Amino acid sequence: MASLVGSRVERKEDGRFLQGKGRYTADINIANQTYAIFVRSPHARAKIKSVDTSKALKSSGVVGVLTGKEIAEDKIGGLIAGWAIRSEDGSEMKVPANPPLAKDVANFVGEPIAVVFAETLDEAKEGAEKVKVDYKVLKAVVDPADAMKSEAIHDGVDKNLCYDWLLGDRKAVDEAFAKADKIIKVDLINNRLVPNAMEPRACVVDYNTASEEITLYTTSQNPHLSRLVMSAFGGVAPENKLRVVAPDVGGGFGSKINVYNEEIVCSWASKKIERPIKWVAERTESFLTDTHGRDHVTHAELAVTKEGKFLGFKNETIANLGAYARVFGTVTPTYLFGPCATGVYVIPAAYSNVKAVYTNTAPVDAYRGAGRPEATYTIERLVEKAAMELGIDKTEIRMRNFPTEFPFKQTLVHTVDSGDYVAGLEKAKQMADYAGFEARRKKSEANGKLRGIGVSSYFEACGIAPSAAVMSLGCGVGLWESAEVRFNPTGQISVFTGAHSHGQSHQTTFAQIAADELGVPMENIDVVHGDTDKGTFGMGTYGSRSLTVGGIAIVNACKKIVAKGKRVAAKMLEVNEDEIEFKDGEFVALKSNKKKTIGEIAFACYLPGQRDEMKSPIPEGDEPGLIESSFFDPANFSFPAGSHICEVEIDPETGNVKVEKYTAVDDFGRIVNPMIVEGQVHGGIAQGIGQALHENTQYDETGQLMTASYMDYTMPRADNFPEFNLGFTCTHATSNPLGVKGCGEAGAIASPPTVMNAVIDALGGQEISMPATAEKVWKACKTLKKSNAKAA
Amino acid sequence: MKTFNYHTPKDVKEASKLASTSSAFLAGGMTTIPSIKLGLATYKDIIDIKSIKKLSGIKVSGKSVTIGATTKHAEVAASKEVQKTIPALAKLAGNIGDAQVRNRGTIGGSISNNDPSACYPSACMALNAVIHTNSRKIPAEKFFTGMFETALKKGELVEAVEFQVPEKADYQKHPNPASRYAIIGVFVAKHKKEVNVAVTGAKSCVYIDKDLSKKLSSSFSSSVIEGMKVDDSEMNSDMHASSEYRANLVSLYAKKAVEAC
Repeated sequence: MASLVGSRVERKEDGRFLQGKGRYTADINIANQTYAIFVRSPHARAKIKSVDTSKALKSSGVVGVLTGKEIAEDKIGGLIAGWAIRSEDGSEMKVPANPPLAKDVANFVGEPIAVVFAETLDEAKEGAEKVKVDYKVLKAVVDPADAMKSEAIHDGVDKNLCYDWLLGDRKAVDEAFAKADKIIKVDLINNRLVPNAMEPRACVVDYNTASEEITLYTTSQNPHLSRLVMSAFGGVAPENKLRVVAPDVGGGFGSKINVYNEEIVCSWASKKIERPIKWVAERTESFLTDTHGRDHVTHAELAVTKEGKFLGFKNETIANLGAYARVFGTVTPTYLFGPCATGVYVIPAAYSNVKAVYTNTAPVDAYRGAGRPEATYTIERLVEKAAMELGIDKTEIRMRNFPTEFPFKQTLVHTVDSGDYVAGLEKAKQMADYAGFEARRKKSEANGKLRGIGVSSYFEACGIAPSAAVMSLGCGVGLWESAEVRFNPTGQISVFTGAHSHGQSHQTTFAQIAADELGVPMENIDVVHGDTDKGTFGMGTYGSRSLTVGGIAIVNACKKIVAKGKRVAAKMLEVNEDEIEFKDGEFVALKSNKKKTIGEIAFACYLPGQRDEMKSPIPEGDEPGLIESSFFDPANFSFPAGSHICEVEIDPETGNVKVEKYTAVDDFGRIVNPMIVEGQVHGGIAQGIGQALHENTQYDETGQLMTASYMDYTMPRADNFPEFNLGFTCTHATSNPLGVKGCGEAGAIASPPTVMNAVIDALGGQEISMPATAEKVWKACKTLKKSNAKAA
Repeated sequence: MKTFNYHTPKDVKEASKLASTSSAFLAGGMTTIPSIKLGLATYKDIIDIKSIKKLSGIKVSGKSVTIGATTKHAEVAASKEVQKTIPALAKLAGNIGDAQVRNRGTIGGSISNNDPSACYPSACMALNAVIHTNSRKIPAEKFFTGMFETALKKGELVEAVEFQVPEKADYQKHPNPASRYAIIGVFVAKHKKEVNVAVTGAKSCVYIDKDLSKKLSSSFSSSVIEGMKVDDSEMNSDMHASSEYRANLVSLYAKKAVEAC
């Protein structure tokens, strides 16, 4: 049987999604349900003097109104920060309380204050308009760079500083800098982004008054983790009385990792009003309250010799957490950022210092890449600038500093198990026709256009797992993953995974690997996820971990099935177990060539006996049935890497930037389904080009979100992209038996610096911040023209 | 969404009678419906004029092209007659919004709303259009009176727009990257006796740039306006574009339009 791993199997999901048969949370309706509308703060920072619900309660169709007062009285817990980060001075990070409904102070526009339940959506909206909140508006803290000098917005959080974290050795860095021929410096802003999942957040809660069980249907990337958090910290219900179902979910990009206010409030309230509740976010609510991404202000320096050897690296960053610290909010700008900031290079000394601050803006958390895009942008801008200032070719300077031996002990934390950075960059150069760029540049110039080329070499640490490692760094949970493989008596197989697909094609990829392990057609396999009542447990999908952690748990559970199958087959075929070989779904007795298919074995496991004879196929010490589970906790992260090359053409009259060519060469280890991986890379690059050229989240000085709709927030569209030119190199990961590495975030990690390096190259080295919008570029072109005129 | 009375009058007379200070005419609904949904506007009566046959269609006579108020952008863009007589107008219609908007949005709705970034008002100004309403004929320069404001009175309904066929014309737009409305749009029309350069997106209301029009009237060549500075004192300045940038674009896109004529 040909291996399915490695082949372009069409997606099992596509049929139903393309026919509109997806079943999302908003598609679920429960008889007798009420509709929830949240009353949200219109102010970025305000004292809540009083909340008057009397008129709302009398409004037509209103079933109930609840506020921060009631939720506090019921001792329902708030939202949590999932990672505890320590400051350089050893002190613990400062985390303010984040109640699900704000009672005393509102800290960002959109923060929920009260909730109205009514018989219809319109009645809920009417009712919400009648809730009168008396605010005392306070001066908002908006700009992260000013936050430490501003009035503290949370009690007990001096200077609005959550932590002042250091990784690395300042002294060693100073010594390295003292030896340098040149110090390269950059000041960077990593622009804040709104994740913009196609499906807005939603929840439907059904409280069963008889069993006292709450069922929460929600838009989550990790339903088991949501249940754990809501039970352990929220106190909404005991874990065994709370079922969380994340059905089809239309994109997350990190924004659906968190347990949000609305899920806690509706779950708690459903029990209180003894009615089912439905809440679906409107797009404006998504803009205002989904966790945002990035938002760093960075100063970084690279010490180099005149030959272009890197000696030392320093990174001073202010990270904006927004109003509250959320699940991955505190780790994204520290352990997911700092260690990767030295990039794919041998740098003897380095440090990253991050000050995380609170501001009166939406909370910032993981967004596709989470910390690694910021890290890659920092180092790759420095490297490109170093090449320019030293007059060394931008690919050559990278080659001179790549490690050539693996495992590669990276400066700050990681030991990278495998890779070949030289091969990746060589291949990218060839595919991008790097050598032919100068001719293309001249051609553009003849047409009055400016052409630039940018390179970026990246690695990232993903497949976020090793529990002992992440917990030692402050993570509140272990990041293993579980799987259960259930062989049914008739030969159909259910594979339960704790990973969650919200666009990642798990139904296909996981079926491919299970089919190969079990030697059955993939049509016989159903991949089940997203329901805490189905499957053991799960930590969910983020950090490109589904295949490298969850997929391996499936492989291991399948191996246990095969092991048991061998024992049963040996007994049935009356041979020793070591005389049985399993191949292509058949257990073969090597000497006699007698065989049993895996389906026959499953059947026998469930029906262990026969007519007229007292005989069981189950060996002594084994039990009937054919179900196996596995919890996989890898020994290391996975480290995808690669090199991307971009060419842009700028029209100096308008400042319009056109991405002319984009080449990406990535090393994701063994690839299970190339078509799906290419799709992941395409999506990541699209989001990265979005960050580099289009997307920007802007608050005004009072903390109002100016870009709260698609009229003002620029989402990249198909006509903003060229055809992506993709290539792969392959070095197997050594930390898992499939040799796979994560691929979900790489595109978004590598592409912003690649595009910006190209834009800055076209602008003759002039620094410009993301997004490189037409007007900014136009102004830079005018400056360039002036300086060229002077030089002439 | 607040409830409202929904009417489907059979003719213009009935539609006009239904109108009040708290009513809105609905054709494509490309602005009205989002405004209601977002709570920016509430109406007691919505008067849907889509089924009034007389209001839709394209007529071409020697000197003019007359487009019915409820004619959709996609119909104008695809019209062989418009493409032949005023290709710039078909091009403009074909670049409004996206396919969904073009399949619902109408010319009457666009000009009655008079969004400062809408495309059609610039064509009306440059092509000396006459707006036919149920009670009178209004020349374009008197029709567009301010930001989201027109000369239309209560109960007055646009029935058709009559464009003067120019010798040459072209429309150039620099779209807002987010909404794809015009950051600025320039409609240049060369008529027998004069050249009109109408600009949308740059100020609170569409206008004729007199300096550019005058220069081009004297000699219809892009060289006469090459690098010409446009006064930016009244121009919009927002997070999408500064007035300085808009002024640069007006001059540049006027040049591009002349070159494309």
